[in-house]
Amino acid sequence: MQALKGVKIVEFAAFAAGPVVGKHLADHGATVVHVESKVRPDGFRTHYPPYKDNIHGLNRSGLFALCNNDKLDITINLKKTPKATELAKNIVAWSDVVIENFSPGTMARLGLGYEDLKKVKPDLIMLSSSNLGQSGPHAHHAGFGSQLSSLAGFTHLTGYPDGPPQILYGPYIDYIAVAYGAVAILAALDYKRRTGKGNYIDTAQYETGLQYLAPILLDYKVNGRVAARNANRDPDAAPHGAYPCKGDDHWCVISVSTVAEWKALCRVMGNPTWSVDKKFSSHAARKANEDELDVKIGAWTRSLTARAVMEKLQKAGVKAGVVNRMCDVYDDPQLKQRPQWVELEHPEIGKMHYQRPPFLLAKTPPGPAKRDPLLGEHNEYFYCDLLGLSRADYEALVKEGVID
Amino acid sequence: MKKGQGTESPALFFKFIMLAGNRNQGLLAPYRVLDLTDELGFLCGKVLGDLGADVIKIERPGGDPARRLGPFFKDERDPEKSLYWFGFNNNKRGITLDIESPKGRELFSKLAAKADFVIESFTPGYLDKLKIGYSALSRLNPKIVVTSITPFGQTGPYSLFHASDIEIMALSGCMSLTGDPGRPPLRVTFPQSYSWTGSYAAMGALLAHYHRQESGEGQHVDVSAQACLLWAFSHAHTFWDLNRHMEKRAGSFMTGRSITGAKMRVFWPCKDGYLNFIIYGGEAGRRTNQALVEWMDSKGMAPDFLQQKDWQTFDIAKVMQEEIDRMEEPIARFFTGVTKAEFFKEVVKREMLGYPVASVKEIFEDPQHAARDFWQEVDHPELGCSITYPGGFAKFSAGACRIWRRAPRIGEHNEEIYCGELGMTKEEVEKLKSEGVI
Repeated sequence: MQALKGVKIVEFAAFAAGPVVGKHLADHGATVVHVESKVRPDGFRTHYPPYKDNIHGLNRSGLFALCNNDKLDITINLKKTPKATELAKNIVAWSDVVIENFSPGTMARLGLGYEDLKKVKPDLIMLSSSNLGQSGPHAHHAGFGSQLSSLAGFTHLTGYPDGPPQILYGPYIDYIAVAYGAVAILAALDYKRRTGKGNYIDTAQYETGLQYLAPILLDYKVNGRVAARNANRDPDAAPHGAYPCKGDDHWCVISVSTVAEWKALCRVMGNPTWSVDKKFSSHAARKANEDELDVKIGAWTRSLTARAVMEKLQKAGVKAGVVNRMCDVYDDPQLKQRPQWVELEHPEIGKMHYQRPPFLLAKTPPGPAKRDPLLGEHNEYFYCDLLGLSRADYEALVKEGVID
Repeated sequence: MKKGQGTESPALFFKFIMLAGNRNQGLLAPYRVLDLTDELGFLCGKVLGDLGADVIKIERPGGDPARRLGPFFKDERDPEKSLYWFGFNNNKRGITLDIESPKGRELFSKLAAKADFVIESFTPGYLDKLKIGYSALSRLNPKIVVTSITPFGQTGPYSLFHASDIEIMALSGCMSLTGDPGRPPLRVTFPQSYSWTGSYAAMGALLAHYHRQESGEGQHVDVSAQACLLWAFSHAHTFWDLNRHMEKRAGSFMTGRSITGAKMRVFWPCKDGYLNFIIYGGEAGRRTNQALVEWMDSKGMAPDFLQQKDWQTFDIAKVMQEEIDRMEEPIARFFTGVTKAEFFKEVVKREMLGYPVASVKEIFEDPQHAARDFWQEVDHPELGCSITYPGGFAKFSAGACRIWRRAPRIGEHNEEIYCGELGMTKEEVEKLKSEGVI
């Protein structure tokens, strides 16, 4: 038995911010219906590589796959009013939770705003996830998470002090909003169980991102300090950085924040003469001579594999780790042991690594159990078997292009 | 509020009661959380507290070592002035307790018998050794949900490894995607992994909670920080999975959008910093490119070839590097004459994609937050001031999500909990204090 068995969720959502909330809930047994349209499929199917073998195709996207395992996929052309609106409302009446991440106002324009939907489902829980929130002077500005990560301060904090900001891969902030969105839905489900009341939830991805930066926001307000990027440096540790290892572009990280760790690091390095130099004898001294310290440490790590550095130092009680590359994550011994990945067969992609949740519930083990759905794969099953349309009604809607 | 007032003052006490009462507007008001975490797990308890749960932070006698983390109020290094502590431990009450002492374990067990959640971030096995791990607590309270938050999880070859933010960022793979090619991989300067882990842990705890409320059965939730951070780089690994192509760090450029391997500039120097702008494809990209050319043209800075470009047929997935370079040159020239504020104003007005690279200063200046009532003034009577905090993470139609109380001072609620709830006398509490238990 999985934690959310019996919970019904419908997503009028695309890309990451909405659908990955649904993915986490689907991983725990909720029935999640991903709503698309053949005239306008999820943007991850159409615009974002990778596609299997670099051949573009609606059912060949690795990104879509990652975000949508264990879901049902149906199509509906919401522009075909009023029948499509009516049908969408029937789907909502069937569900417990709606997730949407259109730009603010879109659902209301389609006749599917919370107020409309509450009429067909009085205790509905609905999550609207947007860039900047449903209200305020900028509410209607649509955008991508990859750029919102800049507005919310993250890229300003990434890179060298004298260089440009640097990229955080993908729509970084979207996945922060995902955690908060799922938390909000789970809290609302609990509230509904206790009170019978539904909830409309407005998450601004911007505001969820700022939760992660609270201390430096306070620092500006209290001390007037504007936090800046400082590469891998840390005020409380030295050495603290990434160091080159044996092999092409292989790196390890090491961080030392206590006297005991420094002594242990020196011991593992064979107590080189430079390590007892006054320049490195205290945390303050190491901070003052950090560039030189990094060169010295790098000279030691260069002849070792990243794994060897990690293992030697961890054994001695020093914090260290391999900088895993994208070709390493499926084989990382720790992730493999959890196991963090589930390989499932997809008809067009072939074998694909689907991602398990980052937390494991011992008594209600999570998925993934099923690959991501093909576009419109569950139309007949959902509309007839779950929603209860007669075969004739279903076929009529297909013929009219409402179900497209 | 006058400086130096203690919490004993009747006026303050009344105010405190009012604030505590407000917590009932939160969706999770009926539930009690015992929070034993260090900085890796702080945000988990705070998220539940934002939703109204009654969170009790349990610190070792003398205070949590994370109170030494900066920045500090007025830069004064003082365990009662850590802004790091303030930021991530608000919405919690605080008690001190030495859980390694027999008496401390007994008190903890008493509290756990009635609690709904325990959150902890000790080395795997530590609480079991003290006989207050999940198996012991679940015998005492079968409904309890214990969420264990560690760098790598409860089992496996790295489970006992030591890690701070940079090791988590490295072993998750994040760092391999950040930084300039040819220079070391980078982390984000302000630690990110603890927040990712804490907020995802809250999701795990609430999934277990949902099941507990349905079935009456609690369980153990095993959170891995390394695994949480896999989401921070989205789908970069799927390029390897599907096509054996490895995404790498590309500095200030975006890769992975075109099957030709073309890279697009993301960060553009402007008059007072940097802008984030990307030449995108798709419908939104076409609209943005068109709007930018119109904006450039209004300043006489759009070259003919850009004006004549057919955006309808422009396909980002197939574009060649030469074409991108040719487009980026006049755009770069245009942006050097634009300020961040101007850019933000124009992208909103022209419905373009793109944002300035904001610092904390500019984040505070954004009128969007004020309009949404996002910032919250939180009183710090001991410091003689109030401080502006980022407020709730979501707006609920039938509940509130916000800061109900500032972070606790060391042992601030000892009397409230030990006397008020566990029925101890003041003398007994004093005795435990002298024994170093609290």
